[in-house]
Amino acid sequence: MSDRMLTMAEAVREAMSIAFDERPEVFLLGEDVGIYGGAFGVSGDMYHRYGSERVLDTPIAELGIVGAAVGAALSGMRPIVEIQFSDFTAQAMDQIANQAAKIHFMLGGALHVPMVLRTPQGSGTGAAAQHSQNLEPWFASVPGLKVVVPSNPADAKGLLLASIDDPNPVIFLEHKLLYKIPGRDPVPEGAERIPLGVAKVVREGKDLTIVATGIMVNKSYEVCEKLAAEGISVTLIDPRTISPLDMQPVYESVEKTGRLMVVQEGPAHAGFINEVIAQMAGSSSFGSLIAPIKRLAGMNIPIPYAPQLEKAAVPQIEDIEAAAREIVKNWR
Amino acid sequence: MSANPLLMGHPLASTENARHALLYMCRIRKFEEAVEDLFGRGMMHGTMHLSIGQEASPTGMCMALTVQDQITSTHRGHGHCIAKGADLTRMIAELLGKEIGYCGGRGGSMHIADVDTGNLGANGVVGGGIPIAAGAALASKMMKKGTVAVSFFGDGAMNEGAFHEAANLAAIWDLPMILFCENNKYGMSSSTEKAFAIDNLADRAKGYGIPGVNVNGNDVVEVYEAAQIAVDRARKGEGPTLIVAETYRWKGHSRSDKNLYRTKEEIEEWRLLDPIPKFIARAIKQKKLTQEQCDAIQQEATDAIVASVNEAVKAKAADPAGLLDAVFKKVSA
Ligand SMILES: Cc1ncc(C[n+]2csc(CCOP(=O)(O)OP(=O)(O)O)c2C)c(N)n1
Ligand SMILES: [Mg+2]
Repeated sequence: MSDRMLTMAEAVREAMSIAFDERPEVFLLGEDVGIYGGAFGVSGDMYHRYGSERVLDTPIAELGIVGAAVGAALSGMRPIVEIQFSDFTAQAMDQIANQAAKIHFMLGGALHVPMVLRTPQGSGTGAAAQHSQNLEPWFASVPGLKVVVPSNPADAKGLLLASIDDPNPVIFLEHKLLYKIPGRDPVPEGAERIPLGVAKVVREGKDLTIVATGIMVNKSYEVCEKLAAEGISVTLIDPRTISPLDMQPVYESVEKTGRLMVVQEGPAHAGFINEVIAQMAGSSSFGSLIAPIKRLAGMNIPIPYAPQLEKAAVPQIEDIEAAAREIVKNWR
Repeated sequence: MSANPLLMGHPLASTENARHALLYMCRIRKFEEAVEDLFGRGMMHGTMHLSIGQEASPTGMCMALTVQDQITSTHRGHGHCIAKGADLTRMIAELLGKEIGYCGGRGGSMHIADVDTGNLGANGVVGGGIPIAAGAALASKMMKKGTVAVSFFGDGAMNEGAFHEAANLAAIWDLPMILFCENNKYGMSSSTEKAFAIDNLADRAKGYGIPGVNVNGNDVVEVYEAAQIAVDRARKGEGPTLIVAETYRWKGHSRSDKNLYRTKEEIEEWRLLDPIPKFIARAIKQKKLTQEQCDAIQQEATDAIVASVNEAVKAKAADPAGLLDAVFKKVSA
C-alpha cells in the first residue's frame, strides 16, 4: 500500500494519464485544458506531456465540443470532455441528453458512445448562481447516462479509470472545493479500477445511517468522528455512482441502525437524494426504521454570491451535526 | 434616475462631452483598480474579471445611447455598467455582499444589473446576454419604444451558438440591436488565432446579411463614431450592426490566471496603447480640455471611487433571512 496523499485534481490527472498511456484512442478536449492546464488546474501539465494532438483546446462552444466527443466516441475514439463548469452543460444538453444518452438504445444497439464528460460542480467559491450548481439530478433522470460523484481522490482515480473503460456515456461530477485538498486515504499507485455501481461504506456504526454524496461525504465524516467521541456511532455510506445506484449497503445498515439521514448539497426539491428515500420506502428494510427519514439538502434557491448567503444556502457541518444528534436523541 | 442622461454625442463635440468621455474612462479604470485592491486585501470573495485597458469601448458605445436604450453585458461587465451610468457605491456594495448592493449581495460582480440605466445585467454565461438583447430589441420594435439594445460580448462568445442564433434573428427581423464585440484577443487562454479560422471577426456579419465594422477599441472617438452610425441605423428600423472593437485586457482573465498563453512583451505593447492618455492628448490638442482640467477629472474619478468604497464598506451586510422569498416575484392578487 502506498501512502501517497494526492488532491482530487492530481488523482483525476493521474487517472487520465494512465488511460492516455494505456489506449491511444483516449484524448481530452475542452476549454483551456491545454497550456492553461484547465480552469481548475486538473489537466495541468498534460498538454506538455501528450501534446496538442491529444489535449485539445477548444473554442468556447459547449454544444459543439460535446457533440464532437459523441461523434468521435461512436467512431472509435474514447474522448474525455471537460466542461469548465457543470452549469455550462446546459449549453450542451442536446448532445448529452438527446444524443449521447439515447444512441445505443434508439439505434437498437448498432452504436454506442464510450465518452466521459468531466465537470466541476458545487458551491463555496463565491462564483454565484451560474457557476455553483449541483446538477446531478438533471443527469440522473436521463436513462442512458451513468453518473459518478466522487468524494475523494482515491475513489476519483479508480472511478474515472472505470468510466473511461465503460462503453457508455458517463457524467463525472467533481466538486470544485475538493480539487485542492488531499483526501483522508492514500491514492494507490497502479491502474486499479473501482467498478461503477458499487457504494462504499465509509465507516460503520450502530446508531444512525447517513447516506451522503460528493463533498457532503466529507462534511458528514467530520460529524461522525465528533459524535463517535460522544458514544454515538454512525454508518456513513457514499453511493459514489448515483446512476446506477447501489442500495444494498443502505438496506443492510438501516436494518442495524433503524435510523436514516440523507445529505446532499443541491436543492432538496426533486434532488437526487430523494431517490435513496424512495427506494428505501419501497424496500423490505423500511420496517426496520424507528425514526422518520431525515433529509438535509440545499435550500430551494439559486446559489447566492455573498459568503454569508452562500453558506446559508447549503448544509454546513454544524447543520449535519445538529440533525444527526436530533434524530438519535429523539427516536429511541 | 441616473444623474447621467447619456446620449452625450461625440466625445470631442464640446468640453462637456470630452469631460464625460475622460471621466467615465477614468471611473472604469479606478473602479477596476479598487476591485483588485479589495480582492488583494481579502475584502471581496469570489473571482474578478477586470477590464483595465478596455475602457474606451463601453464609454464610446454608451455615449451614443440614451438612458432608455438597453444593454446586456458580460462577466467582464464593470465597464459597461459604469459607462451606462450606474451608481458606483451600489456596485462596490454588491461586490462586498451588502444589502444596498445592486443585487442585494445575491449576484456579485458577474450579475450586476441596473434597470434605471437600461442595463439588463452582466452575465456569468459566455454569450448568454446576446439573445436576451435581441429579445429586448424585439420588444422595443413590437412596442414601438424607439430604443435600441446593445449586447456587449467578447471574442470568445462569438463561437457560441447563442451568438449565431441571435445575430440571425436580429438580422431577419431587422431588430434595433447592436452586437458589440470587444475583441481583446483572448477568450481566457484561447487566442483568436487559435479559436477562429478568419482574421477579421467582423467578416462574420456577412453571413447574416448585416453590416460589420472594425474599430480601434482603444480609441473612444472611433468607437463612438461607429456606434452612432449603428444606433442611427437601428433607430431607423434598418436592423442590427456588428461592431468589433479591437482592444486588449491588461490583467489576467480572472484571479487564477498565470498568463502562460501570452508574452510579457505583448502585454507591454498594448499597455503603450492605453486609451486614456491617448484621448487626453487628443482632447488637449483640439482644445476641448486643458492639462489642468484633465488632471482634475482624473482626480475626480479617483475621489468618487474612494468615497464609494468607504460608503460601501460601512453598509449593512446582506441578510440570509429573506433568501427563500427572493426566488419568485410575488404573484399579484
Ligand atoms: C458558456 C460558458 N462557457 C465557458 C465559460 C467560462 N468562461 C468565462 S469567461 C471565458 C472567456 C470568455 O472570453 P471572451 O468572450 O473573449 O471574453 P473576455 O473574457 O475576453 O472578456 C470563459 C471560457 C462561461 N462563463 N460560460
Ligand atoms: Mg476576449
